[in-house]
Amino acid sequence: MFHKTKWLAATVASFTAVAAPAAWAETPADTLIMAWSIDDVISLDPAELFEFTAGEIAGNSYETLIGYDPMNVSDISGKVAESWEVSEDGKTLSFKIKEGRTFASGNPITAADAVYSLTRAVKMDMSPAFILTQFGFTADNVDQMIRQTGDYTFEFEMDQAYAPTLVLYCLTANVASVVDMKLVQENEVDGDFGYNWLKTGYAGSGPFTIREWRANEVVVMERNPNYSGDAPEMARVIYRHIPEPATQRILLEQGDIDIARDLGPDEITAMSSNPDLVVEDGVKGSIYYMGLNQKNENLAKPEVAEAMKWLVDYETIADTLMKGRVTVHQAFLPKGFLGVLEENPYSLNVEKAKELLAEAGLPDGFTVTMDTRNTPEITSLAEAIQGTMAQAGITLELIPGDGGQTLTKYRARSHDIYIGQWGPDYQDPHTNADTFARNPDNSDDAASKPLAWRNAWDIPEMTAKADAAVLEGDADKRAEMYIELQKEHQAVSPFVIMFQEIEVMAHRKNVSGFVIGPSFQDNSFANVTKD
Amino acid sequence: MSGATKTGGRSRALPFAWKAVKLLASVALTFLGLLFVTFLIGRVVPVDPVLSVVGDRASQAVYDRVYIELGLDKPLIQQFWIYLQKVFTGDFGDSFMTKRPILDDIMRVFPATLELATFGVILGTILGVPLGVLAAVKQGRLADQVVRVVGLIGYSAPIFWLGLLGLLIFYAKLGWVAGPGRIDISYEYDITPATGLLLIDSAMQGKWAAFGNIFSHIILPASLLGYFSMAYISRMTRSFMLNELAQEYVIAARVKGVPEWRIIWVHALRNAAVPLVTVIALSYAGLLEGSVLTETVFAWPGLGQYLTNSLQNADMNAVLGGTLVIGVVFVGLNLLSDLLYTLLDPRVRRRG
Amino acid sequence: MTATFSRREWLLSEQPASRRQARLGQGYRTWLALRANPLAMIGLAIVVTLVVVALLANVIAPYDPIVGGDLRTERLLPPSLTHLMGTDEQARDIFSRLVHGSRITLMVVALVAVIATPIGLLVGTTAGYFGGWVDTVLMRVTDIFLAFPRLILALAFVAALGPGIENAIIAIAITSWPPYARLARAETLTIRDTDYINAIRLQGARPVRIIWGHVVPLCLSSVIIRVTLDMAGIILTAAGLGFLGLGAQPPQPEWGAMIAGGRRFIIDQWWVVTMPGLAIFVVSLGFNFLGDGLRDVLDPKARK
Repeated sequence: MFHKTKWLAATVASFTAVAAPAAWAETPADTLIMAWSIDDVISLDPAELFEFTAGEIAGNSYETLIGYDPMNVSDISGKVAESWEVSEDGKTLSFKIKEGRTFASGNPITAADAVYSLTRAVKMDMSPAFILTQFGFTADNVDQMIRQTGDYTFEFEMDQAYAPTLVLYCLTANVASVVDMKLVQENEVDGDFGYNWLKTGYAGSGPFTIREWRANEVVVMERNPNYSGDAPEMARVIYRHIPEPATQRILLEQGDIDIARDLGPDEITAMSSNPDLVVEDGVKGSIYYMGLNQKNENLAKPEVAEAMKWLVDYETIADTLMKGRVTVHQAFLPKGFLGVLEENPYSLNVEKAKELLAEAGLPDGFTVTMDTRNTPEITSLAEAIQGTMAQAGITLELIPGDGGQTLTKYRARSHDIYIGQWGPDYQDPHTNADTFARNPDNSDDAASKPLAWRNAWDIPEMTAKADAAVLEGDADKRAEMYIELQKEHQAVSPFVIMFQEIEVMAHRKNVSGFVIGPSFQDNSFANVTKD
Repeated sequence: MSGATKTGGRSRALPFAWKAVKLLASVALTFLGLLFVTFLIGRVVPVDPVLSVVGDRASQAVYDRVYIELGLDKPLIQQFWIYLQKVFTGDFGDSFMTKRPILDDIMRVFPATLELATFGVILGTILGVPLGVLAAVKQGRLADQVVRVVGLIGYSAPIFWLGLLGLLIFYAKLGWVAGPGRIDISYEYDITPATGLLLIDSAMQGKWAAFGNIFSHIILPASLLGYFSMAYISRMTRSFMLNELAQEYVIAARVKGVPEWRIIWVHALRNAAVPLVTVIALSYAGLLEGSVLTETVFAWPGLGQYLTNSLQNADMNAVLGGTLVIGVVFVGLNLLSDLLYTLLDPRVRRRG
Repeated sequence: MTATFSRREWLLSEQPASRRQARLGQGYRTWLALRANPLAMIGLAIVVTLVVVALLANVIAPYDPIVGGDLRTERLLPPSLTHLMGTDEQARDIFSRLVHGSRITLMVVALVAVIATPIGLLVGTTAGYFGGWVDTVLMRVTDIFLAFPRLILALAFVAALGPGIENAIIAIAITSWPPYARLARAETLTIRDTDYINAIRLQGARPVRIIWGHVVPLCLSSVIIRVTLDMAGIILTAAGLGFLGLGAQPPQPEWGAMIAGGRRFIIDQWWVVTMPGLAIFVVSLGFNFLGDGLRDVLDPKARK
């Protein structure tokens, strides 16, 4: 196709008597360019980063101690670690590090780096540190608990005998990435563990290095020349911050980018018929739910909570407004997790809901507010729910706000209903049980604020059940415990769990090899090729 | 708009130095007010700034530590005082979002806005002045009406809407221009940043392919902004020209037999140019503001987008810094237009 | 003997017998001049249509503006006879939403005028009447507000107050009054030393009474004209805030928010964005045409 832009550029250039080369609307062969909304990146330090985008970036530039096969999560294997052993009392794990491998800087990877990385994360105590500290580590004791025993060996001692799978999955999280101790310490200022440097810097050993991050603009990654695995074909991978799905689509259709990462259902439909493009998807762990605050006297009635579960048109929403982006899912563990409950008992049933409301003494319905994050996706979901709730006489007033506002209210328990998403922190079922089904302290000044607490749902018995599941060493028994927990939760909880997220991306036909994993940190572009 | 017109009456007798001191004092006071208003706004936003630092999943201990680090436990006035002291030493704090000093961030995004607005105002002037002159000369006739309607349309169309339609038609459907953003990523690393104005940087470094790419990115948003400033400039040109054309020297020149085109384009326009400079400076300031919406539509990595993003993430240091910079530029341009007016216009000088 | 005169002659009389007759006559002459201006008449027609549509929204709109149709079959339909302007992603009729949205637009314009005009008048007349440090302080405050670009200040205010149409109105009002204050001050300066005001002052009237009873009414007309000229700007600012997600919130059919919501569909369903944009455009064009005509008629300098 004769491209008018070329013509324009040529005209402009000819004014200055220089001809423009014809390379237009095609990305360089050794560069992968993705459009994605990357405004959630606030740090690139593995001890701090916790967001989807940053997780994916770290997943491709750092290596964790342990990894799993993204296609089969239960297949756990060593990444930086070669092997490990669990002590007889179940409290200590002994790790052996693979020898002869180096960081991007050229420094060798040793047990000292692994110990430094884990203790560093615990001592810095940033947002994701709880993934490690839940095993009983504190800044004071961590040097004794995680200790180097040789050049390539170290021990990891916990306060209780936790289920080994739980521990290992936690060590696959970004926070357990192994950082280059020597390099980080060179950049340390006033005992900051090199944080002020590493939050925008890089000290890892993954297939790519991070060359540059400009907030809300771009992230540039480059092939790591010292990577111990197969060298990636792409010399450069670039994320461009493009918040609008429609814009991403145009850019992709014009060939200005290789992959579009944020696509709405309508973009997906339109693009699947384009022969130059390929649409791919993968199930992610994120759950869409509504939280009903039990401080609201109407919502505190069990019949009302159940009625609301019958007042969402799950199927229609999944087939229209969020087509291709979600699948109906009504239990707190996402598909792909150990012990997932796959039954979806609820569907739109206005009559049943009306009966339940009448039982609750609210035959004419009631008025209630819902804090809604003002993203197009959540807004359209909320508007659709507003419509079906109205059929049973419930007037749902939407209070929109940006992410910060709705979250601030939610964490202060001053909402009626909150609609939003929850993504697991690691691949073990405890991550979601911990927040949906545990509430150790329901007082207003509680130290931890799990989702159950945020909705003022006081559940001492269920909390005990969730705690017991953490210590069960037998995987099958553990899975059984979680299924029981979810069944009860599904029936009585003030959470209307609706969907599980599907990540969709569209790429140019010549791009292949992008692996969509179960979490964003598992998304891998190390094997991407372009032809 | 400010300074000169207002203090007009009394200040004429004052010596120049005193006038300058007074002006500086009033500008300083304005900035202090600006700072205070933005600071207050920043503190009443119903968003927890700690959350934007630590995220949703942090433990309570982490939360408490950051709360104290940010100085949020101190009384409001004390927080403002601390902020003021820092600002005067050139420290606007770090952005929560980008983890970098605000000043660095602004220095990085401002050239993008400046380049766009400058391009826009140049287009607006090139088109607006001749159209305004034409309208004045053909006053009341069809050409005048057409220029007037074209101008009013510019006043009436929502810029974000025109931007979206422009992208749809000229980029997505026709492919005449490049899409959102300042430059294709594949060209971005060809250019070593010098001025930050990509058109100039690429031209100076002889990177003509990149220049063409940058040009095809900027032309659509700049044309839109140019249209809006053209609407204003053509209208003011018309009114200034009408004023000049009714002056006695014009009649005298006609009597002397000076050709009409010379009277219009040389004599009258030269005199109208003085107030026009003011108008162009003001419309420049207006474009810097209008860029907030344009930058959102065109994914333009400038100050407007930076500000909107910071607002939505409760990144108050960044909001304060950004607003202040825009305020400074705004006040600066107003001041400049006042000064130019006093300096250039012989009549004002004579009267003073 | 007035009965023998036609109403027209009474209005155009060169020797009005009463103040009322003079004032009405003035208004009538303005109207005649305005009527001769076709653009102003188009503008007036648009504004009148807007008011009528807003008043009769329930009658005119064929569908509910909030509750949509069947998501499976009625989403994103192109314009047709059943849906004049098509439907949006929630299967709502866009025409009906535009019709109901006219109420929001009208409300924004009216409320901003009602809030901003008194603030501007009060600040301006007080500053002008008292002069001295009162003047300095008030005008300094006015300058601070003027020093901000309007949209950015409104943006900051809405961020502080929380998004929503009420807060958008407050924010726009807060950012609109400074020019009115300037104008009122300038007018007051020319009035305050007139014999008429001096006479009242000598009678012992207190400043509050003089300002509200005598100065404000004299400044009112010029400020009101200025407000009318600003209406299109107010509409565009409100739409801009709506577009950035800071103005009216879904599911309210505010035009700017409708554009923001529809931009996801711009490539394949052009009508979702185009229709509300056209509505904003036509209405602000109407206000601009009308304001432009009014300025021509009322401003003796531009009339010649």
